[in-house]
Amino acid sequence: MLKIENLHAEVDGKKILNGLTLEVGAGEVHAIMGPNGAGKSTLAYTLGGRPGYEITEGSVTFDGEDLLDMEPHERAAAGLFLGFQYPVEIPGVSNVQFLREAANAQRKHRGEPELTGGEFLKLAKEKAALLRMDMDMLKRPVNVGFSGGEKKRNEMVQMGILDPKFAILDETDSGLDIDALRIVGDGINSIMRDAGKGVLLITHYQRLLDYVKPDKVHILAKGRIVKTGGPELALELEREGYEEVV
Amino acid sequence: MTDLATLPTTRDEDWRYADAAALEASDADTLTGWTEITVPAGESVAESRDVTGVERIRVRIGKGGRFELSAVNAAPGYARLECEVTLEDGAHFEFGGVTIGGGSETREFVTRCIHAEPNATSNQVVRAVHWGKAIGNFLGRIEVVRDAQKTDAGQNFRAILLEKGAAANTKPELEIFADDVKCAHGAAIGALDQMAGFYMAARGIPPEIARKLQVQAFIADAFENIEDEAVGERLLERALSVLEGAQL
Repeated sequence: MLKIENLHAEVDGKKILNGLTLEVGAGEVHAIMGPNGAGKSTLAYTLGGRPGYEITEGSVTFDGEDLLDMEPHERAAAGLFLGFQYPVEIPGVSNVQFLREAANAQRKHRGEPELTGGEFLKLAKEKAALLRMDMDMLKRPVNVGFSGGEKKRNEMVQMGILDPKFAILDETDSGLDIDALRIVGDGINSIMRDAGKGVLLITHYQRLLDYVKPDKVHILAKGRIVKTGGPELALELEREGYEEVV
Repeated sequence: MTDLATLPTTRDEDWRYADAAALEASDADTLTGWTEITVPAGESVAESRDVTGVERIRVRIGKGGRFELSAVNAAPGYARLECEVTLEDGAHFEFGGVTIGGGSETREFVTRCIHAEPNATSNQVVRAVHWGKAIGNFLGRIEVVRDAQKTDAGQNFRAILLEKGAAANTKPELEIFADDVKCAHGAAIGALDQMAGFYMAARGIPPEIARKLQVQAFIADAFENIEDEAVGERLLERALSVLEGAQL
């Protein structure tokens, strides 16, 4: 579904990804773990198309199409969702307005009919309830004044509403308390566990993987995958630390 | 006959950022004349403008009265709205203005707010959004006379430049001769938040819609305190219509 081959990328002239190769099939959840500075967030941003993240070598195909050839908003319309480690605040733009614009822009791009106001609100209510988020928060400006945990939960509400084919979740578990972690984990399973969907979970900790069971665990170090294994690899890392395992 | 000596030039402090060529081409009546408005004590008057050319409004607000001015300056040539307001005891002046546009035009607001008696309040919010080689200006002077205690005057200007080459100028001036007053002013000039733009793109929103949402949120501040919501919405739409036609 998502096929990354020999990806090299740099930011401000600094090489961060050095020949990363990875393939996630439909119906699979893969976790990427790695020490600070390994390139985890750079991988997420590069796949999302953030300006300033320059690809110098390699290829990425998504459902057989050249992902790197698409503009960021086209990647989203093609079904790619990027969950931000630090969700961005947008003062003056309500969550509801933002998400309705997003959902309808994606539909328009795919040649599907746009959602009416009523249809959208019904969908938003359903997904907010799934993540136990108050509808009042959806009426507030995007992420403004939200706590760290609320921002992460809001990311998952957005994912529920936009219903992507593939999600790259960058440290969605950081900043969550134990209860919120379970709610977010259940949310990811409910939204993304599907034979036609895939997930790339970027995380520092094994904790989230108790809720969202990965099919494969990869260790990223110095911009490339240095080890791949099953869920037991995450447990091993938790016990031994990166220095022992890498 | 036009008396050249009385025509303002960019050497005059209040006209320093104006379009010099446009001033030379204008007639004296336009540049020096005033539209006079009197707000009787306790009453409320609201004026709204889609600014074209040069207009100067002089207002006297009677005791406890309210004058509200809301305006969009998106003119296709040099355009200036100037407002001189004198406030009596307990009066309020509310100004919300937006300059927006590209090209090489200069669009400006100039206010002079005279707190002539105690207990009067004023609030001015101006937003500027420009691209191309356009210039947006806000010159705002607040004068508080010696006996005008308990004056509460606020002035806030913020500009977003969508392209290199566009410019914004602001000159807040506060002359305060009373000692028990509150006068606040703030000014900032910047660019659109790129990270917010990428965040919106990552959700599927194309750049032109993302820009419109950001600009809409930015300029909406100017009309937040306008009492008639329909007027605020109309001005907001007028301002955004200019952005929609922009080549960026």
